Amino acid sequence: METTEIQERVVKILTPYVKDQEALASVSPTTNLLEDLKVNSARLVDVVLAFEDEFDIEIADEDVDTVNTIGDCVTLIGQKL
Amino acid sequence: MSRRVVITGLGVISPNGNGLAEFGQALRKGKSGIRHVEEMAEHGFGCTVAGVPQGVDALAEAAFDDEVLLAMNAIHRYASLATLEAWLDAGLEKPDAADDTVHWETGAIMGTGIGGMDTIAERVVPLVNAKKVRRLGSTAVEQVMASGVSARLSGLFALGNQVTTNSSACATGVEAIVDGAARIRAGKAERMICGGAEVPSIYNWAGFDSMRVMCRKFNEEPERASRPMSATAGGFVPGAGAGAVLVESLESAQDRGARIYAEVLGTGVNCGGHRMGGSMTAPNPEAVRRCIGLAIEEAGVDPAEVQAISGHLTATGADPREVGSWAKALGREPGALPVITSTKSMIGHTLGAAGAIESVAAVLMLDGGFVHPSLNCEDVHPEIEPHAASIASEMREIPDLKVIMKAGFGFGDVNASLLLRKWEG
Repeated sequence: METTEIQERVVKILTPYVKDQEALASVSPTTNLLEDLKVNSARLVDVVLAFEDEFDIEIADEDVDTVNTIGDCVTLIGQKL
Repeated sequence: MSRRVVITGLGVISPNGNGLAEFGQALRKGKSGIRHVEEMAEHGFGCTVAGVPQGVDALAEAAFDDEVLLAMNAIHRYASLATLEAWLDAGLEKPDAADDTVHWETGAIMGTGIGGMDTIAERVVPLVNAKKVRRLGSTAVEQVMASGVSARLSGLFALGNQVTTNSSACATGVEAIVDGAARIRAGKAERMICGGAEVPSIYNWAGFDSMRVMCRKFNEEPERASRPMSATAGGFVPGAGAGAVLVESLESAQDRGARIYAEVLGTGVNCGGHRMGGSMTAPNPEAVRRCIGLAIEEAGVDPAEVQAISGHLTATGADPREVGSWAKALGREPGALPVITSTKSMIGHTLGAAGAIESVAAVLMLDGGFVHPSLNCEDVHPEIEPHAASIASEMREIPDLKVIMKAGFGFGDVNASLLLRKWEG
């Protein structure tokens, strides 16, 4: 799967969790989920569960801690596919 | 410090109508919200009818943003929608999530009898039993913690005063208003959102069905099934919904020029101690009488001034005793009891929400000068027959309606009562 497609699907999953919807217009691999998009940190576990369902993969709990940016999400998902 | 407390906002999610306009019309017309529930039939319930609010998810999706919706289970949606309506009805503005202003003088007592049982039964238990704990995600705790129902409101409405969830079974909704009013009276808050919420779930209702306290005799005629005060009453019909009442100090309401529906003139709460005929599941009639008396005493009115009663009246064997307690507490002989009605005849028994939804109904009746019909009591119970003339078997227009009492009595032998007077400036 192309990186761009993964990123598109990641952004779609993140969208309802994003409190700063304007920041979504200019997402890039360096966009930080908590700081830039204002995602509630408690909801990251839900985002990861949604990634698992969307891409039919399993993400270990320790991998969740490495996810800070959109790019981190795309890289992690790419590794699991 | 003892201040006057008034009601400035109302909100409701009910089986016979969501929102004040629809609910108010339903009350006047005597519209039943009781329907066949196939899921109850499929699961072997003796009672297969219930009062289930319609279209709640669509209302929630129109009212709240996606991030909040993802974390809201049914009870959060019910309570939040009723509160939003009460908030706006009181002339307040819905706070912006990005605005850091906290309403330190405004709190919430939003109760529930059973809480997020649907989430526990449909998500927590199956996932844990399947050893998929990590699949629960971040929202399970806030959805099943008893205080989640009020905690959700604090985020939506930036509440900074006391925010808590009370629980006293079927007295919950009335008790929330009693407690909120007390906090304002004592000068500890200016505004409190008070009420109760309960969701439609077979897991909420199964235990009652097993106790054989739910109606089994009218499954083929849902609208006839909830029969308070009737000789053929066969138990209560379960229901769900939410009611929210915004209570406020008179000073605050007047300062901001709010429309005032009614004054909370008297309140009472007590418990029967599981004595004198009371038990976990039956009310001590002396405690019921005393609880009604507490509200009258606090109000400082002559019992003769009470013009209408919105009873607890569930359509169980407790109805005759309840009517007797009202007559005794108000010192009324047969024929002289104020007009009495049961909102449950239209919506069923909404458990922890009952007292809240029915208090909303009581205020609407005061506001509109009417007493809504009490359905399905064309065959009055023989022990209530002496008071039959007082039953609002049909809609009654009472333009000079000024004083109404509302009470709720719950499992645990707990009671709560309100005496409300129409606000006339």
